[in-house]
Amino acid sequence: MKKLLLAASAMALLAGAAAAQEATGAAPKIGIILGFTGPLESITPNMAAGAELAISEVNAAGGILGGQQVTTERADSTCTDAAAATAAAEGLVSGGVNAIMGADCSGVTGAVLTNVAVPNGIGIISPSATSPGLSTAEDNGLFFRTAPSDARQGEILANVLKDRGVTDVAVTYTNNDYGKGLSDSFTQAFTAAGGTVSITVPHEDGKADYSAEVASLAASGSDVLLVAGYTDQGGRGIIQNALDTGAFETFVLPDGMIGQDIVDNLGDGLSSSFGTMPGTDSPGAAAFRDLAAAQNLDGASVYAPESYDAAALILLAMQAANSTNGADWTAKVMDIANAPGEQILPGQLDKALDLLAQGQDIDYVGATAVELIGSGESAGNFRELEFKDGQIETIRFR
Amino acid sequence: MDLLNALVTFANFVFVPAVAYGSQLALGALGVTLIYGILRFSNFAHGETMSFGTAITIMATWGLQAAGVTAGPLPTALIALPIGIGATILLVLGTDRAVYRFYRDRKAAPVILVIVSMGVMFIMSAIVRFLVGVEDIQFADGERMLVSARDFKTWTGLEEGLAIRTTQVITVVVAAVAVALLFWFLNRTRTGKSMRAFSDNEDLALLSGINPDRVVAVTWILVAALATTAGVLYGLDKSFKAFTYFQLLLPIFASAVVGGLGNPLGAIAGGFVIAFSEVMVTYAWKQVVAYASFGAWAPDGLLQLMSTEYKFAVSFAILIIVLLFKPTGLFKGQSV
Repeated sequence: MKKLLLAASAMALLAGAAAAQEATGAAPKIGIILGFTGPLESITPNMAAGAELAISEVNAAGGILGGQQVTTERADSTCTDAAAATAAAEGLVSGGVNAIMGADCSGVTGAVLTNVAVPNGIGIISPSATSPGLSTAEDNGLFFRTAPSDARQGEILANVLKDRGVTDVAVTYTNNDYGKGLSDSFTQAFTAAGGTVSITVPHEDGKADYSAEVASLAASGSDVLLVAGYTDQGGRGIIQNALDTGAFETFVLPDGMIGQDIVDNLGDGLSSSFGTMPGTDSPGAAAFRDLAAAQNLDGASVYAPESYDAAALILLAMQAANSTNGADWTAKVMDIANAPGEQILPGQLDKALDLLAQGQDIDYVGATAVELIGSGESAGNFRELEFKDGQIETIRFR
Repeated sequence: MDLLNALVTFANFVFVPAVAYGSQLALGALGVTLIYGILRFSNFAHGETMSFGTAITIMATWGLQAAGVTAGPLPTALIALPIGIGATILLVLGTDRAVYRFYRDRKAAPVILVIVSMGVMFIMSAIVRFLVGVEDIQFADGERMLVSARDFKTWTGLEEGLAIRTTQVITVVVAAVAVALLFWFLNRTRTGKSMRAFSDNEDLALLSGINPDRVVAVTWILVAALATTAGVLYGLDKSFKAFTYFQLLLPIFASAVVGGLGNPLGAIAGGFVIAFSEVMVTYAWKQVVAYASFGAWAPDGLLQLMSTEYKFAVSFAILIIVLLFKPTGLFKGQSV
């Protein structure tokens, strides 16, 4: 009985909060919550500036929802402290924001999503949270991100191998969250595509001897070895040992293994190997850099383009839904981010707003070639690499 | 033919790497066991002593290379090795004068000396990082492969290749020479005999007029030479990284204890026991079995007894079993 009462009163409170939000739906307001203090403090000012660039562009074009100017409010996520981020986000909500651009780190983003966004029905787009765990978070459809999940690279690697006709591969990974996560997502994607992972061997970094690992990998009978490790750690030791013993000649190298030093150290040993790392050649990236340069902002700064895209998506979705209500505009995000429709690059937000006002469809490309997949996260863009004559060469973009 | 392939696969992935790794461990364990036998404590700074000697050798190698001196097909580091040994001798003699002698004069308990040696370990590791940094350094030059897997396949027409690195051969040869010299010194020279007497019974040795300071100094000189040689051979074969040398301490102590602390023969045997068990227990025997059974039985599984992340567990399991049933080690050493 007590529980029932508790639940009932909780429901009543929630309903009250929702009603309160309906009432404040006057001028649209965007909360920008990033770690202005803490480990990311060096890049967050550029990220916030990127988001505000999109908002001022929209305001210059006459605003959204029939000419309303958009206001912003910044808050500090700290990147590391979930309680502080929750309090900061609650401050934004009581300040009347209709949407949240952020947060930055995966941990605090999950906290803001669960503790603030979902209970208050506010939509949230993160520019930089990459943890695979957020893909399956309970979000009521309110959460999106313009950065790819770490799990995505596993799928990209599986595609690269499939296109190159490799069906049988041995895998070794550095024994931590990055290596294990990448190895797991790759194995899942590769097996689903009909490939075989013959053996999976973890390796510890900084160990004395990798003969045992290479011996086991070689015994699998595969010709290709995927090394999900680090260039200056066990990953290089494994490759060196495998080359010396003639166990493998072709290696697949994810982003942690890409660096000029490994090419310098191993030289011709990598001539038949290939790899992937994040990157895009979309015209949007160049357009954003020009746009940012005009505002004295470094357009190549880490996650600044993603922040611009996150803020632009929020505003365009509000225009498309003709509403600032979280449930309404978040339902439109996937439509405007993906084809079909007229492609929109940075600097063309005025055109996008006009098209949406006329009821036409748009495909927001933005600074990072946005393509949302799954539960609403960026598909991500990767460079496929080869190693020729001591140089890292980009073969194609994926 | 298939039987040959099985043998070659086994040699390539198990025998050759394990022999080279075992030689490096054996040289390291010899140093540990000498200190334990004569100075009567477990020297935790031994890994860092190896690291220091290697760092000096690397810098001397760079100097020689800059001056245009190389050893032809052999690594230049072999010429630089005596410089590294000399610097390490000065370092350990200095450490003994500044630190260990104080505790020795007070007849401090071995456990105190062990803790003291940990302090020395931290200081030495800091010195090494100041000297050459924390990055991965490759300093092997000259001919890298004695027999490459691809050449071996063309010569013999076998399906499996056998690769032997120059550094692996150098490791085994140098280790054999060093061990032979050590045993000759301990068994045939007057100083060596006095060291053994000191190790067997300190009081009796002192009564018969053996100079303890001389015994201690000679021990440190031998240890410095062995440690530097082991460190340089290891660095040539793999690569030099300060942190890895600290990690080497574990298998080296396991080797010394398994063989019997204080017993030089045991240290060598222990090194090979640890190296072979690390590689063999975690090896996937699939291909060897498939070849050896003339293709009649190609197993579906990998025939791997234990996954490779447990290779250290293997060393420690052996260590515990030996300590439980033969506390003095495989060869008769002192009980811990």
